[in-house]
Amino acid sequence: MRIPCPYCGERDIHEFAYLGDATVSRPDPARNDAVQAFYEYVYLRDNPAGSFQELWYHAAGCHSWLVVTRDTRTHAIFGARLASREAS
Amino acid sequence: MQYSAFSLLKNALTGHRHWQPAWRDSEPRSQYDVVIVGGGGHGLATAYYLAKVHGVKNIAVLEKSYIGSGNVGRNTTIVRSNYLLPGNIPFYEWSMKLWEGLEQDLNYNAMVSQRGVLNLIHSDTQRDAYARRANAMRLHGVDSVLLDKDEVRKMVPFLNYENARFPIQGGMLQPRGGTVRHDAVAWGYARAGDQRGVDIIQNCEVTGFRISNGKMMGVETTRGYIGAGKVGLAVAGNTSRVATIAGLRLPIESHVLQAFVSEGIKPLIPNVITFGAGHFYISQSDKGGLVFGGDIDGYNSYAQRGNLPTLEDVCEGGMALMPMIGRIRLLRQWGGIMDMSMDGSPIIDKTPIDGLYLNAGWCYGGFKATPASGWCFAHLIARDSPHEFAAAYRMDRFRTGHMIDEKGQGAQPNLH
Repeated sequence: MRIPCPYCGERDIHEFAYLGDATVSRPDPARNDAVQAFYEYVYLRDNPAGSFQELWYHAAGCHSWLVVTRDTRTHAIFGARLASREAS
Repeated sequence: MQYSAFSLLKNALTGHRHWQPAWRDSEPRSQYDVVIVGGGGHGLATAYYLAKVHGVKNIAVLEKSYIGSGNVGRNTTIVRSNYLLPGNIPFYEWSMKLWEGLEQDLNYNAMVSQRGVLNLIHSDTQRDAYARRANAMRLHGVDSVLLDKDEVRKMVPFLNYENARFPIQGGMLQPRGGTVRHDAVAWGYARAGDQRGVDIIQNCEVTGFRISNGKMMGVETTRGYIGAGKVGLAVAGNTSRVATIAGLRLPIESHVLQAFVSEGIKPLIPNVITFGAGHFYISQSDKGGLVFGGDIDGYNSYAQRGNLPTLEDVCEGGMALMPMIGRIRLLRQWGGIMDMSMDGSPIIDKTPIDGLYLNAGWCYGGFKATPASGWCFAHLIARDSPHEFAAAYRMDRFRTGHMIDEKGQGAQPNLH
C-alpha cells in the first residue's frame, strides 16, 4: 500500500501510523445522552467491507493527519486529504 | 466407520480404494432447530457439542465457501492456556483439557502435540509480569514453570542470548501447551458432527435474516430460505458484515493477520517459542517447515492478505531471536481476517434479537479456543444461559465497564 500524501507525494505505508474511522467525531460531554453517545463512540464500529474513510498519521514524513479513502476488501487507495482541512 | 489401526491396515491391504468420504455434503432442508452460520472450527465444534452434549437433533452448519477455508486453516496451530485474568483462565484451561481428549472423542487424528509453549523473558519487569501470570495460572490449576536463563539455554541453545537490546534472561513455560494440526480439527469436528446427524452445507452464504417481532425465524441464503428458531453466528472476521444484516453494530474491527512458513528443514525447534519483546513466535511443523508470525498489519482489512512492512517486521523479530534462520527461505505467506474486539477478548452471548446468538471477537487467539468455544456456545444456544466458563464474555461488558483486557491497550484493536 502506498498513500498519496498531499504534501510529500506517494509514500510507502511503513511511514504512516493508523488510527481508524475518520467519519466519527467525539460527542459533546454535556449532552443528555452523553453516556450512551460515548459508549457508541469509543466501543462500537461500522467496520465496513468496502470503501472506508480512515485517519492515518504521516509519522515519518510531514507529521500531517490524513483522511485516506481505501477499499478494505482490496487495499486499493482512492485518495488522501489533509484532516486539518476537514476539521476547520 | 471408526478409524483404527485395524481399519488402516485393512484399507492398506486393499490399496486404499475403499475409504469413504468423512462427512456428507448435505443439501439444505427447509427447517432446522438450530442453524450455525460459519463452517470453521468454532461453528463445527458448536454443532458437534450441540448434538453430543445437548442432544439437539436438527442442526445445520452453513458455510459460504468450503469448511475450514477460513481462519481454522490459516492460523499457526498453537494451543495454550497461559492467560492471566479471571474471566479467561478457566475458559482456556477447559479448552486445553478438551484438546487433550479430542482425538479419542472425535476418533480423528488431529496430531495434538503437547510440546510446550515457551515465552521468553528479556527484562526484570517482564520477569515480574510472567511470575504474576505463572502464579495466576497455578492458582487456577494450570501448569506453568518459570525458567532461568540456563534452563532456557539447555532447552533451546540456538537462540541469541546476548542480543544487546533484548538479552534473554529466562522464560515462562507451559509444558502442556503445543500445536495441533489445524485442518484436522475442522475435518474431525465435521466428521464427528456428521455422524450425529449434523448437516454440513457448503457454498451457502447467508444473505439475510427473517426476524418477526424481534424473534428469529430463519435465514435467507444463496441456496434459498432456511427456517430456524435458533441461529448462532460463528463467522470470525466477517462478524460485522453478517451482524449488520441483522441490524447489529458491534464492538469489532476486522484486521488482517499474516502467517509464514519456511522451506522444510531437519528438526530444529522442539517447542513453541515466543519472543515477547518483538512479538514474534515460531514452531516447527512435522513436515519441517518453520511456522511463524507476529503482529497484525494494523489497519482495517477484509482482504485475507497483508503488506510487506509487516512481513519485514516479523522477519526482523525472527532474526533478532535466532539469527541462523536468515539462511532459510520463506516458502509461503498468507493472511486471515481477525475479528478484533475492543478489549482483546471474545464475545459468547445472546443478542437483542431473540434466537440470534453471537460467537465473535476472537482477535488472533481463536484457534486454541476452538473446543471450549464450541462447548460454551452450544451450552448457550441449547439452554439460553451462559456456560460458567464463558460467563464473562458478555456483549454488554463494554457498556458496563467489565472489560477483559489482557494486554491493557484499551479500545484500540490494532494494538491488541
